Amino acid sequence: MADGKLVKRAKYKTSVKVPGVPGVLKLTKERFYFMPNDPTLTTKLNVEFKLIKGHKSSKECSSKQALLNLTQAQGGNYLFEFDSFPDRDQCRDFVASAIAACGEIGKATAEKPAVPHDEQLSATEMGRRIKLLQENSELQKLHRQLVIGGILSEAEFWAARKKLLEQSENKKPKQRVALKNDMWSVKPLSDGQTNRVTFNLTPEVIHQIFAEKPAVRQAYLKFVPGKMSEKEFWTKYSRAEYLHSTKNIVAAAAEAAEDEELAVFLKQDDMLVSEARRKIRRVDPTLDMEADEGDDYMHLPDHGLPQGETKEILEPQYEPFKRSFSQYLNQHAAVVLRGRVIDVELGDTRSVAEAFTRTNQAEQATEVSDENAYRERVKKVSRVAEIEDLQGPRDPPVALLSIKDPRDYFDSQQANAIKALGDAETGIRPLKFSVSKEEAFCSLKDSISEINSQGLIEPIISPEVALKVFNGLSQNISSTKYHLGKNPHESVLDQLPSATKNDLLLHWTSIQELLKHFWSSYPITTKYFYTKVTRLKDAMSQIYPKLQEIKESVQSDVRHQVSLLVQPMLQALDAAFAHYDADIQKRSAKSGERPNGFV
Amino acid sequence: MTPVSSKIYADDVSLLMVLVDTNPYFWSSMKNTAFPFPKFISHVLAFLNSILLLNQMNQVVVIATGYNSCDYVFDSSTSSMQRAECLLEKLGDFVDKDESLSQEDSVDGVGFSLLSGSLSMALCCILNQFIGNVSLDLCELLDIQRVFRSGPLHPQPRILCLHGSPDGPGQYVAVMNSIFSAQRSMVPIDSCVIGSQHSAFLQQASYITGGVYLKPQVSDGLFQYLSIVFATDLHSRSFLQLPRPVGVDFRASCFCHKNTIDMGFICSVCLSIFCKHHKKCSTCGSNFGEARKQDPSASDQRRT
Repeated sequence: MADGKLVKRAKYKTSVKVPGVPGVLKLTKERFYFMPNDPTLTTKLNVEFKLIKGHKSSKECSSKQALLNLTQAQGGNYLFEFDSFPDRDQCRDFVASAIAACGEIGKATAEKPAVPHDEQLSATEMGRRIKLLQENSELQKLHRQLVIGGILSEAEFWAARKKLLEQSENKKPKQRVALKNDMWSVKPLSDGQTNRVTFNLTPEVIHQIFAEKPAVRQAYLKFVPGKMSEKEFWTKYSRAEYLHSTKNIVAAAAEAAEDEELAVFLKQDDMLVSEARRKIRRVDPTLDMEADEGDDYMHLPDHGLPQGETKEILEPQYEPFKRSFSQYLNQHAAVVLRGRVIDVELGDTRSVAEAFTRTNQAEQATEVSDENAYRERVKKVSRVAEIEDLQGPRDPPVALLSIKDPRDYFDSQQANAIKALGDAETGIRPLKFSVSKEEAFCSLKDSISEINSQGLIEPIISPEVALKVFNGLSQNISSTKYHLGKNPHESVLDQLPSATKNDLLLHWTSIQELLKHFWSSYPITTKYFYTKVTRLKDAMSQIYPKLQEIKESVQSDVRHQVSLLVQPMLQALDAAFAHYDADIQKRSAKSGERPNGFV
Repeated sequence: MTPVSSKIYADDVSLLMVLVDTNPYFWSSMKNTAFPFPKFISHVLAFLNSILLLNQMNQVVVIATGYNSCDYVFDSSTSSMQRAECLLEKLGDFVDKDESLSQEDSVDGVGFSLLSGSLSMALCCILNQFIGNVSLDLCELLDIQRVFRSGPLHPQPRILCLHGSPDGPGQYVAVMNSIFSAQRSMVPIDSCVIGSQHSAFLQQASYITGGVYLKPQVSDGLFQYLSIVFATDLHSRSFLQLPRPVGVDFRASCFCHKNTIDMGFICSVCLSIFCKHHKKCSTCGSNFGEARKQDPSASDQRRT
């Protein structure tokens, strides 16, 4: 597999039912071949992986055939039957990586930024693009205008949107197979005539046993293959399980006394017990289990689970052989929830066991560092559970706020306010004026007594002044009413007819797109960029009359606002054209010096 | 802030707090212009009377904003004061008192009137009105002597500042506090600036509280401005188009260089603004911790 080649014995089938043609399946990175054993047959295959869309495989089960189904992009499929499941799995993995590689090659060429060409796209890539266009109508419009209009090539258009494509790709998570949720209980298959009891152990089951029962794992590493063979080991284990299933604790204890290896399986799992103890230590100490005792079915013995085990009083020596169902259930649940922690092929029992031991050790290492965290927790608890009456006041040390000069605040504010009102002259001009206290107060008092004796000045306001004020105010109000763009909540666009609004928005996006491509082409280093820039320039020059058209089409009262909106677009285009012209000039000057046809 | 929503009355009843600037230095400077104090007070009195005539439930309270002090000079709810002219007598007394409090002999320029004090007084008065007969200790201290009508129909309060003196920088914090409490109690502050300068305080006050800020272009047409713009009650404002400011630039300037900045550092203690990181706040003297240096993204850089 590492050298990019895989050869396996397989049968090529047209359907599941037929026996199939026996032969040899050869896989390379690009394609796969099938050669029938009988050279006279014409069922030779030579197919490129590019054409393969996906693969399916049958469930791993002793009663079923090991099948691999390769589906073609144009429909149709290739069905192979393998001699064994490991063979099939190897082929399946190879095919999966080969298909992925083909897809990547397609993508890589599509995204080559220097000289993108319209290459053959992989089906997945194409599908992704189509999906993006379907989801985003704005993008679709832009795509239709620029790509189908011939201004940009397909590859150029998408090269600027690599991120979008990647995002849509990342949405699809890789599928991982979770652990089986059913508990492996020993269902002895006895034939009823002899005393033989058969157990069925698959790699999957062994994996589960190792995950759930660390003691078995440890024993396996210890005994196999030194002390006993793998088969002996599992036989012993099965025997222990069988003894458990009979629920005869006394018999189990008796057996364990005779065989110390068997005792390992029969006794309670020490590692589990210690782990449980460790977990209990990690529980938030403020949690009060007793307070929750009244809840629900907690008061029932064995948490309300049907009582399978007979309650009998055991002598202390049998205590270690007792096993509770809820313990087993909890352990199983914990393992299933944790998911697959090891990444080893299931076939090799020993490597599985070792991998488990490694992860466990790693966990314990982190556990040690958790020691500090634990101490912290204890501290927290003592804080939470403290008796408030006995504590001294815990106020933070208070620093009084001392503000030296509030003028500092003001100066900054006033400068802005004056600026905002737009009459800096009056704000800056210092008032040169000085009167003594007596003079000032006297004149004020005089004015008051003057009015007091003479009454109000008649007439209070002359009609001319009143009219002037009135006109001034109405004008001011009506002008500020239409002072647009100051209020962020209302957009000028909303006041335009919807067709104009859409046109403007579309032009905005297309101009942005064109400009993005335009500026990214500089400096012009190859002929390709040169033609691209020329193409873009032509497209951009066509926008000018269109914008003018929009301006003329709207009614006079909003024309000013439309031209305000169009202004920045024109400016951006003008800047691009100015740069284009300057570049052309520079280029022609250069080519004058160097007549060697440098583009 | 949206203007105060009206209550269910068909006719809107106003409680108008008018703050009249009586800074003697300012009015001395206006003595020889087209709009001296007698003219001003004539316009104001005519305006106050017209407010009282608009609705018999309307209430007007006038607070004189002096140079050293401020005080109530008129309350339309007291039986002895039915016409606004009655305030002249009290105003004379107030100016006497204000003079006696004066320490220095002359002032450079026109000085600043006590806007923060009169704003606080106005808010206290409104608050007192709202809580009815329960008197506030603070109000008692400030010598508020008024009989407020108690009853289910509270007038809608608003504050009108007739201000001429320039802003007093030393009052900044106090004024801002008053503005924010006015905002909290949903009292709009209208401001009419009669001096030559715009007032940053009042501009912000009106903007924050949803009131109207106006600086009359024609100074001797004050009455016309008052009656067109500032006489409108809060209910009517929801369907009238009143002059609105073009926009207030709330960007701050840094305290160190007085530059207007978009992003800056803010002292977490006193909220002073700086354009670059300092070890110590120059306003309140707080020391900024060194821990921030390790992680510049966690520094107290904020959009202002």
